[in-house]
Amino acid sequence: MDDTALKALLLHREVEDFLLMEADLLDDRRFADWLALCTDDIRYWMPMARNVQFNKTAQEYTREQMDTCWIDEGKETLTQRVKQLATGIHWAEEPQSRVSHLITNIRITEVTPDAAGNAAEVQVRSRFLVYRNRLHDEVDIYVGKRRDTLRKLDGAWKIARREIFLDQNVLLAKNITTFF
Amino acid sequence: MTITPDMYERLVNIKTGEISREIFVNEEIYKQELEQVFARAWLLVGHESLIPNPDDFFVSQMGNDSVILTRDRQNNIHVLLNSCMHRGMKVCRYDQGNTRAFSCPYHGWSYSTDGRLVEAPGQLVGVPGFEEHYRCELDKKAWGLVRCPKVVNHKGSIWACWDENAPSFYDYLGDMRLYLDAALDHRDGTEGGSEVIGGVQKWRVKCNWKFAAENFIGDHYHNISHRSVDLVGIGPSGGRGRRDKDTAGPYQNVIIGFPALGHGANGHLPRFEEAPYFPTWQKYPEVQEYFREVYEARKKRLGDQFRVQTGTGTIFPNMSFHGQQPRTLAIFHPVGPTEMEMWRFYLVDKDAPQAVKDAIRHYALRYSGPGGLTESDDMENWLYASEASRGTIARRHPYNYQMGNGYAKPVEGLKGAVQGGDTTEENARILYNRWAQFMAGKSWSELMPAQTA
Repeated sequence: MDDTALKALLLHREVEDFLLMEADLLDDRRFADWLALCTDDIRYWMPMARNVQFNKTAQEYTREQMDTCWIDEGKETLTQRVKQLATGIHWAEEPQSRVSHLITNIRITEVTPDAAGNAAEVQVRSRFLVYRNRLHDEVDIYVGKRRDTLRKLDGAWKIARREIFLDQNVLLAKNITTFF
Repeated sequence: MTITPDMYERLVNIKTGEISREIFVNEEIYKQELEQVFARAWLLVGHESLIPNPDDFFVSQMGNDSVILTRDRQNNIHVLLNSCMHRGMKVCRYDQGNTRAFSCPYHGWSYSTDGRLVEAPGQLVGVPGFEEHYRCELDKKAWGLVRCPKVVNHKGSIWACWDENAPSFYDYLGDMRLYLDAALDHRDGTEGGSEVIGGVQKWRVKCNWKFAAENFIGDHYHNISHRSVDLVGIGPSGGRGRRDKDTAGPYQNVIIGFPALGHGANGHLPRFEEAPYFPTWQKYPEVQEYFREVYEARKKRLGDQFRVQTGTGTIFPNMSFHGQQPRTLAIFHPVGPTEMEMWRFYLVDKDAPQAVKDAIRHYALRYSGPGGLTESDDMENWLYASEASRGTIARRHPYNYQMGNGYAKPVEGLKGAVQGGDTTEENARILYNRWAQFMAGKSWSELMPAQTA
């Protein structure tokens, strides 16, 4: 195996490990630790999917920072969400839901190197299956695609951008109180 | 349990302030509701800004029926039942788009709204095998898409009603119109002048649709359920709380209802002047400045005219609005006795600078909808209130709507309006009383005595 292939393999392993560690933080309800993985300029965006004609797929998803979305925000609002979860009286999450993030199909699609030739920023695609079980029998399953931009800051990966494409038109869950 | 029309007076006892849980969970009542309420009342179906150009369409819902809102080439807006007249297939399975004709994927019947091709919008224009198989004997004019007979464009909001005998939309609305207009109008007081931000939020909640209608008709009492978001503070001026205050000076929101019509709002009493200016959106200087400018413009435009200011409100049966922060329209579609589909449209001044629209949109999404920090908690309450009311023993015990019963007083200047102060269940009683009248199958002359007298 040559150096380039080995480097790519190691990078893939590193990125995968980061994404799975991140999922663990969410599922262990360590929301403040999860928030610390987000860059200060993070864009966190979850558009709505519309049913459109085959030649109008450009209009399938509502536009970031233009249209109504499920979620379209930055660090300030993410921080408010984490604070709300910590109040203990955010009734949609009190008692807390049981959530599992299954993250698969991880693929690095682009690598931006730093001056030394090491990966400084990567574009990553993945799939998510987020299972939420709440109170005695409430179940929601959110499935979709993610496109992330991960940035290396002080030797550690951070999430600089996350696009979340939920495979639903009408949201079948009564609310969205988890992170993706 | 067989439900007969005479039972509604007992199920909804306004005098004692007791309302049976059956009306929120019973399958038989739900089925009657679709007939007695949704097939007769005026319903919001969308906004003109969703179909700005000829041939644009937006698929909406009335009760449990799918309908198509379309704008024809003569610029008329129509509401058509989204079901082929041949075998019922949905002729339009897109949420929105632009088309000259709706063609059924099943056997190919096609329908047009183009006034040059058809006499009636939605008329059948294409039938495969019309000559060969039907031997030209099919009466195309008789088999067009079912067209909603009554459609009104009110300041951009589109309303429709299936009942040909129903009163006009404006009679149906009465003086509640002022509160609806205070949500629909441009912030500078210009009539209309608002648009829906692209994209409509649609989500399912396993609760009876009436929980939502009641919530927005004027329920200050449930503020406590939003304490978590108030502690965090998401308002546009920073600090604790979830929005800027409603007003400065002598005016404050009170609960105003229309007992004979079933509508109600949480808004200001009518007046002949603007409330004093106070800064809002203080975290966003450009937006703060915009709202100062439109305040000045409104003050000048309206002069000493009669006006109101509105917070939330509900137009009977299933439409609500918010006229302040965040400014929205909502519809609660019935799906089953304990399930609804909630739709939200966000409104902005059409000609506001982009930066203002952006700040408003971000605030709206942070506050409202299934992902909103405020609204997510409402869903929890409505769902588990519905669930815990399904029990055999639970159903025997009515909900308590006794707050402020008998204390409402007339509002000067508004026909048929009463107000019950800052916090009262008067408007919920008004909503359910009206609902019971519809459910009892009363005629329009009984439902609208003032108009038909």
